[in-house]
Amino acid sequence: MNRFLLPLGIFVLLAAVLAIGIRHAPEKGVIASPLIGKPAPSFALPSLTDPARVVRSEELRGHWYLFNVWGTWCVECRAEHDMLLQVGKAGVLPLIGLDWKDDDAQALAWLAQLGNPYQAVAVDRSGRVAIDWGVYGAPETFLVNPQGVVVYKHVGALTRETWTREILPRVAPLPATRS
Amino acid sequence: MTGRAALVALLTGCVAFGVTSLCRAVDPTQLPDPALQARYVALTHELRCMQCQNESLADSPVDLAADLRHQVRDLLLAGKSDAEVRSWMAARYGDFILFRPRYSLRNAWLWGAPVALLLVGALVSWRVVRSRTTLLAADSEPVEEDTRS
Repeated sequence: MNRFLLPLGIFVLLAAVLAIGIRHAPEKGVIASPLIGKPAPSFALPSLTDPARVVRSEELRGHWYLFNVWGTWCVECRAEHDMLLQVGKAGVLPLIGLDWKDDDAQALAWLAQLGNPYQAVAVDRSGRVAIDWGVYGAPETFLVNPQGVVVYKHVGALTRETWTREILPRVAPLPATRS
Repeated sequence: MTGRAALVALLTGCVAFGVTSLCRAVDPTQLPDPALQARYVALTHELRCMQCQNESLADSPVDLAADLRHQVRDLLLAGKSDAEVRSWMAARYGDFILFRPRYSLRNAWLWGAPVALLLVGALVSWRVVRSRTTLLAADSEPVEEDTRS
């Protein structure tokens, strides 16, 4: 009896380690953001569409919003734009854009051509605010709650799946089904 | 002969110029103080470029690496310590940006695993040796007279 205990223990331990590995496999290659659960970095940047206006992070307090980092030089951003338009149309939460290290004229032309899903677009010409948000490649999308805390980050083009599986349930939790 | 010497000189010059200009192309930053410059070079070599993840900030030609090097420079000029610069980076990009991982509760198992495995090995070998010794001791006892009747 006793002689089987050690191999069994080792097997259980190994199985547990592998199970954890398999469960976390989809996250491989995506760097976990240290920002999740922390207050969203504050910023005050000029608005792309209205040069007289300043987009401030403080103004965004009190409701959920999606913070989407993009640029006209970013190929994936074009791919996700349709999804962003749908998100904008859904009206569940406002979409705030961060135009990262971009040319204003080109960015405006992009929005004119493809449509503007954003409630506001902040212009980060130096890339300093993007660094505060830990951005390492556009597009990146952050979900911020009414208390101003980052609750979720998606790296890469926003997909319908991410929207319905990760973002919507966090913003509007389904009422617990009673049976 | 002189033509050949000139050609050699020209080629050497080209190679030397090419190499130095390549080195400079990535990071031309010069800090006013040599001590600060040394710390800057050391730090940019131990921070990861988040876009081309197997390169350090110092070696990477991409835009983001240049921006982050700029941050390192500004932080050093503002009088921050090396540890402060590292935590500034880690607060934004996570421990992943540090080529030299820090000790934390989260990765404690990684640091502790070799020690734990060594202890387990020692325990196993100790038990094997002990059981063999008792076997050997039992074996070398004088054989008793056959007590079976």
